Amino acid sequence: MSRPGRERRRVVAVEPVGPYALVRLERGMLDPGNPGQFFMVEAPGRVLPRPMSLCLAPKGELAFLLDPIGPGTRALAALEPGERVHVFGPLGNGFRLDVPRPLLVGGGIGVAPLPYLSEALERPPAVLGFRSEHHAEAAALVPNAEVVIDPVLVTDALPEGRDVLACGPEPMLEAVRALVPDAQLAWEAPMACGFGACYGCVVEVDGELKRLCVEGPVLCSS
Amino acid sequence: MQLLNASGCLDALTAPDVARSLDAFVTKTVTPEPREGNPPPRIAETDHGMLNAIGLANPGRQAFLGQTLPRLARELGPVWVSVGGFRAGDYAETCEQLARDEVACVELNLSCPNVDEAPESAAEVVGACRAATALPLYAKLSPHAWDIGETVRAVEAAGADGISLVNTLRGTALDARLRPRLARGAGGYSGPALRPVALAAVAAARRATRLPIVGMGGVSTGRDVLELVACGASHVALGTVLFADPDAPSRVRAELRRELDELALATVEDAFCAALELVVKAEN
Repeated sequence: MSRPGRERRRVVAVEPVGPYALVRLERGMLDPGNPGQFFMVEAPGRVLPRPMSLCLAPKGELAFLLDPIGPGTRALAALEPGERVHVFGPLGNGFRLDVPRPLLVGGGIGVAPLPYLSEALERPPAVLGFRSEHHAEAAALVPNAEVVIDPVLVTDALPEGRDVLACGPEPMLEAVRALVPDAQLAWEAPMACGFGACYGCVVEVDGELKRLCVEGPVLCSS
Repeated sequence: MQLLNASGCLDALTAPDVARSLDAFVTKTVTPEPREGNPPPRIAETDHGMLNAIGLANPGRQAFLGQTLPRLARELGPVWVSVGGFRAGDYAETCEQLARDEVACVELNLSCPNVDEAPESAAEVVGACRAATALPLYAKLSPHAWDIGETVRAVEAAGADGISLVNTLRGTALDARLRPRLARGAGGYSGPALRPVALAAVAAARRATRLPIVGMGGVSTGRDVLELVACGASHVALGTVLFADPDAPSRVRAELRRELDELALATVEDAFCAALELVVKAEN
């Protein structure tokens, strides 16, 4: 298992991807970890860092895709090249990659971990759902993707007999789980620390509240 | 001066290196029965702090004493155990069962803002625990008290060996649609915004007692540590900052050394009560 590190890393670039922002940071000595693992990224001017799953790991870089909808994500999207932020990770448990017939499923900003996952699984097919054409520009980051736009849902386009690895909004994950009970699902929760200290990110797992940062963020539903 | 963590701000079993970088580790509060805690969402960041409504989630006394505490003691040596409950007997029964070789100190959590059941008066709990254990007893107090000095004198008279303060302030925050962001509605407010409250509370407690005081509330730099000591804290605990920066203990110590140099002080203790002396002079 990769050992998490905490370093202050330089911003290489922040690039728009539709309404989203791809924040590219120098990697330094940090391990990119397994697809689906996450990093706590310092949000300038905010009290708490933000949990971000790794989107891409180009040579010498770590890249995070985010939706600038709150004060922390807006501060991250406004970073200028050369500024530095603390990055801590990789944290949590990522996707299991020993699946014979992978299918990636993503919704909205939930596509964030899929480009890195796609690379690790040698570009399997993907089904991605977005709320508009503008948001769907993020599909360009995921190879071999079929794109659906609201009101068509990813669950309308799921082929059968596949090992599903999914990330997206909670209603999408619930719907995917209903169709594919053994899917690997990457969940999201507000986190203060990302390493098991705050007990803030609990979700119900097997009828018990468990820390998503320790047990997840990828959980297998069956 | 020892550097500790605030109870509930660090899990030494998932982050032992961080726990070892402190002078002493304080456990999450243990209650007689297991508690799952409050439903999510449990935390919300605000502009200058964070709200939490964890709800004293813990495995309960039996599992804590049988599994958690022995593991902690093996990893770290004797630890500070934060004890909680809903009546004086709850606290006292836990204190009675704490083994001297695993526990350095007991901190009685008399001030959790995130449970419905109100504990009995602070002095009554301290008195019951005093009769149950010879271990050092610290009373952790709320910043909500109207007269902190009065509470401090009462728990000292009941047998407390030290005071910890402050716990969080009760607060709430709303989302874009004007709904509470925490499932519980309100929670404990911590982080940088709490620091002036902590400074004043520690100063008020120090004017009431000569017992050791663990000061905490919004500390994130070496300068913050020194200010709490200047208000009368004997030791200082790090809370919310540990979530954002698990390297905070070593960073804060390095900053503290630079602060001392700048102020031409030899040790942290040279700043002890410095702010109080000035206030006394002004009053006279």
